[in-house]
Amino acid sequence: MKPAIAVRQLTKAYAEGSAGTLALSGVDLDVHAGELLMLVGPSGSGKTTLLSIMGCILTATSGSVRLAGREVSTLREKELPAIRLEHVGFVFQGFNLFPTLTAGENVELMLDLKKVPAAKAKKRAHELLDQIGIGDKYDAFPSDLSGGQKQRVAIARALAGDPGIILADEPTAALDSHTGRNVMKQMTELAHRRGRAVVIVTHDSRVLDFADRIVKIEDGTIAAGSLPAIAQMPNKLPIHDRPVYGMAGARLEVTL
Amino acid sequence: MPPLAQRNLFHDKVRLTVTLTGIVFAVVLIVVELGLFFGFTVTTSNLIDHAGADLWITSPKVPYVEMGVPFSERKLNQIRAVPGVGDAQKLVAQWTQWKLHDGSQESVQIVGANPDSPLGRPWNLVEGRAEDLKDPDAVILDEIYKQKLGVSRVGEVFEVRGHRARVVGFTRGIRSFTTSPYVFSTFKHGQDFTGMREDQTTYILVKAAPGADLKQVRRGILSQVRNVDVYTTTEFSHMTRFYWMFTTGAGVAVLIAAVLGLVVGFVVVAQTIYATTMDHVREFGTLKAMGAPNSYVYKVIMKQAGISAVIGYVLGMIVSVFVVHASQKGGAAILMPMPMAVGMFFVTLTMCVGAALVSINKVMRIDPAMVFKG
Repeated sequence: MKPAIAVRQLTKAYAEGSAGTLALSGVDLDVHAGELLMLVGPSGSGKTTLLSIMGCILTATSGSVRLAGREVSTLREKELPAIRLEHVGFVFQGFNLFPTLTAGENVELMLDLKKVPAAKAKKRAHELLDQIGIGDKYDAFPSDLSGGQKQRVAIARALAGDPGIILADEPTAALDSHTGRNVMKQMTELAHRRGRAVVIVTHDSRVLDFADRIVKIEDGTIAAGSLPAIAQMPNKLPIHDRPVYGMAGARLEVTL
Repeated sequence: MPPLAQRNLFHDKVRLTVTLTGIVFAVVLIVVELGLFFGFTVTTSNLIDHAGADLWITSPKVPYVEMGVPFSERKLNQIRAVPGVGDAQKLVAQWTQWKLHDGSQESVQIVGANPDSPLGRPWNLVEGRAEDLKDPDAVILDEIYKQKLGVSRVGEVFEVRGHRARVVGFTRGIRSFTTSPYVFSTFKHGQDFTGMREDQTTYILVKAAPGADLKQVRRGILSQVRNVDVYTTTEFSHMTRFYWMFTTGAGVAVLIAAVLGLVVGFVVVAQTIYATTMDHVREFGTLKAMGAPNSYVYKVIMKQAGISAVIGYVLGMIVSVFVVHASQKGGAAILMPMPMAVGMFFVTLTMCVGAALVSINKVMRIDPAMVFKG
């Protein structure tokens, strides 16, 4: 089966004055449908840059990115929004909900972008919020929601477009431990039950046990010499049996 | 589409108030400045536009109505003999001095005509009748200038260039562009008040006979009456307006103020609309990250601008109507003709949309990757 995301020899350089900064160098990575992959690594290592390129928000300097089998690295910038809309749902650290819209309207907005008729969109938004356990918050504004509830609305919004890929940037960073784990359960469900390819950038060691696979990025590369990042990984291994790529050994000893 | 534009506007009441205040300020500023310009322009040719004439016969090369040079009144009969002339009347329009009860003097413009003819009579009378001018020493003036000329009521007697002048009525809204108010009288009294010779007149006003071709009447007068110029009311009105508004520089100053009002208004609106858009820049970044095409973001911003324009225009016009109404009692009229009121809507819309375009330019440059920054 083709991976939902296939990244090959990805390089991203930022121009900085006369010199350039290499944010990513020669990254290879596959993410499969039904898999929850976590990208870890120190600040500035290139995790978010990799996530942005996989989400067609940034373009790569060189290399290949395929989403659902389609090469997107060669597309023009104005073609990328349509790809994002079709294939990718985002969950952000700061939730990025529209503060002037209710929870339901935040979800409906995504459906509106996909040109779903208003009545259908309203019904679908109700369903999504129900599924995620906050159906009663449809008319609540983000300012009236807790952090966990906001993140659930964000997840519902990401799901509204029915994307095959969910990309999340530090989704638990602004949440307490209990709420963070609840949100991670939702994310895991997206991967395992709904068959989405879920990629999460995180510094939060409390939630690593939810990962099917953990890939460590250091200095713009996937750490260590081998390329198991493109291997298909089992979902259900106990946390201590799951390999951490980019580390010297197979045992999980991630220092974040 | 979820009501993002409306909510962005109405959610923050303080920001909404600031935005609308900016637009209302701009609308009122432009209305006042343009209204003053129109008011001044209309005032300069007030006398010509309301005299009821089709043609104005003047001495040669008279540049504007206040600059009339007396000529022989014998030309009146020659003019009446021209085919197509329905009515022709003499009109004296000259400056003179009005003596107040305390002995001080004010400059006034005497407008003397035949009160039995509709040509050159006072209009908008609120007290007295034009026919009352036939009474001995009778004059009519505008109520705006009561205080300036020391008049409190009908029946008061004053002195104009050594002649008795008794106030028999008041008009409303007949302003003079100069500092000298119009004082209406009969032609004969007008001659006395201004010291004009009995065989002279300043103008002859012509009303064409029903169905007569005005161009032909004009050609006829020019061919049969020597040493006069003949202008249509429109031409003479434009000449007078042009003289006062542009040759003297008075109008240029008002026009520059009007243009500045437009520029300042635009800047104020641009600033407020821009700030409103920038307040939501992160949300626009999120929209773009979610996959919204630029056109979708344009629509939201334009809708915000459009709603702001409509509300700002309505509120601005309400304030403007009060200002215009209040100005009617003052010396400088602010006019807001219907085309200007309608035009102001499009000006407001253009300002808001133009300002939105400036902010759109900024929003389009948003890096959607900003959504990942905390």
